[in-house]
Amino acid sequence: MSWPQTSDHMEMLGQAMVANSAGAIAGHSVAYGELTLTAPLPRIVDALTYLRDHKDYQFQQLIDLCGVDYPERVRRFDVVYHLLSLTKNHRVRLKIETDEDTPVPTVTGVYPCADWFEREAFDMYGIFFEGHPDLRRILTDYGFHGHPLRKDFPMTGYVELRYDDELKRVVYEPVKSVEYRNWDFLSPWEGADYVLPGDEKVEAK
Amino acid sequence: MADDASLTPHVPETPVRKFNINFGPQHPAAHGVLRLVLELDGEIVERVDPHIGLLHRGTEKLMEYRTYLQNIPYFDRLDYVAPMNQEHAFCLAIEKLMGIEVPIRGSLIRVMFSEIGRILNHLLNVTTQAMDVGALTPPLWGFEEREKLMVFYERACGARLHANYFRPGGVHQDLPEALINDIGDWAVAFARPMADIDKLITGNRIFKQRNVDIGVVTKDEAIKWGFSGVMVRGSGIAWDLRRSQPYECYDDFDFDIPLGVNGDCYDRYLCRMQEMRESTKIILQCVERLKRTPGPVMTEDNKVSPPRRGEMKRSMEALIHHFKLYTEGFRTPPGEVYACVEAPKGEFGVFLVSDGTNKPYRCKIRAPGYPHLMAMDWMNRGHMLADVSAILGSLDIVFGEIDR
Repeated sequence: MSWPQTSDHMEMLGQAMVANSAGAIAGHSVAYGELTLTAPLPRIVDALTYLRDHKDYQFQQLIDLCGVDYPERVRRFDVVYHLLSLTKNHRVRLKIETDEDTPVPTVTGVYPCADWFEREAFDMYGIFFEGHPDLRRILTDYGFHGHPLRKDFPMTGYVELRYDDELKRVVYEPVKSVEYRNWDFLSPWEGADYVLPGDEKVEAK
Repeated sequence: MADDASLTPHVPETPVRKFNINFGPQHPAAHGVLRLVLELDGEIVERVDPHIGLLHRGTEKLMEYRTYLQNIPYFDRLDYVAPMNQEHAFCLAIEKLMGIEVPIRGSLIRVMFSEIGRILNHLLNVTTQAMDVGALTPPLWGFEEREKLMVFYERACGARLHANYFRPGGVHQDLPEALINDIGDWAVAFARPMADIDKLITGNRIFKQRNVDIGVVTKDEAIKWGFSGVMVRGSGIAWDLRRSQPYECYDDFDFDIPLGVNGDCYDRYLCRMQEMRESTKIILQCVERLKRTPGPVMTEDNKVSPPRRGEMKRSMEALIHHFKLYTEGFRTPPGEVYACVEAPKGEFGVFLVSDGTNKPYRCKIRAPGYPHLMAMDWMNRGHMLADVSAILGSLDIVFGEIDR
């Protein structure tokens, strides 16, 4: 199939996917030349099985699985699946929403390579995957606390480590280094969402 | 085991000992900092549990606190064997979000350096794979050529390794005429060291004994486990993003995509060798086209590309653009994009979530080595302990990109 595909073609694909999936795929949108689908959380395994096995779509590969954090939302996490069809030559993105407590059904049964990707999402965001064969931390240190990619986790972390010459081993200590200088370079004239110094009185009137 | 022993009473009972051994993290064949916990029955591998993350630097977290331009150098530090290919994916993602067109000369330079990156990577991988199975000479020969390529990197952007050369909208600087000529000369002369390495390794009896029929991946398995790049092509699946989902100007080039037949370590090695020759072909075509394609190497839109030094001395507007670009940076429209390139190791993808500010809201880096390393467990089962390093070598693992 030709590449890149037109937005019309994707729009059509998306509509067909939503209409024929018996509710496993809830909605679709096309932006920047990419097709994005949404699915209800409990139906994710159905949705992926449908996309993989349907003869018109044939998404054989799970390219990527990751979390995204939106702390201001009630269900703060997105779990994003990127699929690729080698035979039909197209890509799709599937998103579901979850929160800290609701486990997501694992998709290791549909795509075995979801294994480490789910472990990583668990490690980075604390998203639970129900039925995962081995949900351990993967990238962070042994005995690490917290989920570093959450937006409320500070960039510097909570601990730093150094080699202690007296104890002859590496020790963990609370972070002492200088705070990261996170300058706000966004122009205040272009919709900054804070009150400019001196403008407080305008609001008070 | 007790039942078996009772059935054949004349065989003296030997105690069964299973071993758990640590392979790495400081093992020369672990290609960096990989810790493998191996469960062995004698010399047969029964289970492999890779422990990764020893090189985790939190790249994705750091990126959320820095502007887009400040983030490009992080991509050099992912797969540090072929740095520019990573930058390419990130630049493509930003360009997709902002709808930036890259001028043709910039595009040609990008393709040329992507292919140089591919050769850099394959030279390292092919020769260190030979080292993993006992040959010490190939890395020395391969690194000599790598050194020359590093010099081209340095002459293009000033840095041998961490280039920061690809920028959204093109590449940072134009190449001098002499450099283009030298790259062309090198690409012609490269046939000789390739033939040398080929002669040294390809027919080598020990290398064959250690690699043929080791770590066989069937077509089904390659697809199911999310493989890409040489790992699928070695199994005979004709899939290359440069051909199937062309980006940049790969459409215009004449090159072949080598495929393996058996899907074993040896076929993957042969694929990489042939890919280097194909890359040389692309480089020569780039050189030829660059010589007759003058023009800008970066988009003229000063909202994303910095003004020239000379302009800044005279034009107030250029000075303002420069100041804004290097403090605030540019803003991307809100939305989500996924851009990927055929990096030497496979599909390298960047999933970028933008909230309309000057920093990425979330940037997920999809490293090709990640699903490949995940497959260590089933690929090694039933193999001998010595095959572990051969299989690991053929997977083409670099920890910078896996641990991020």
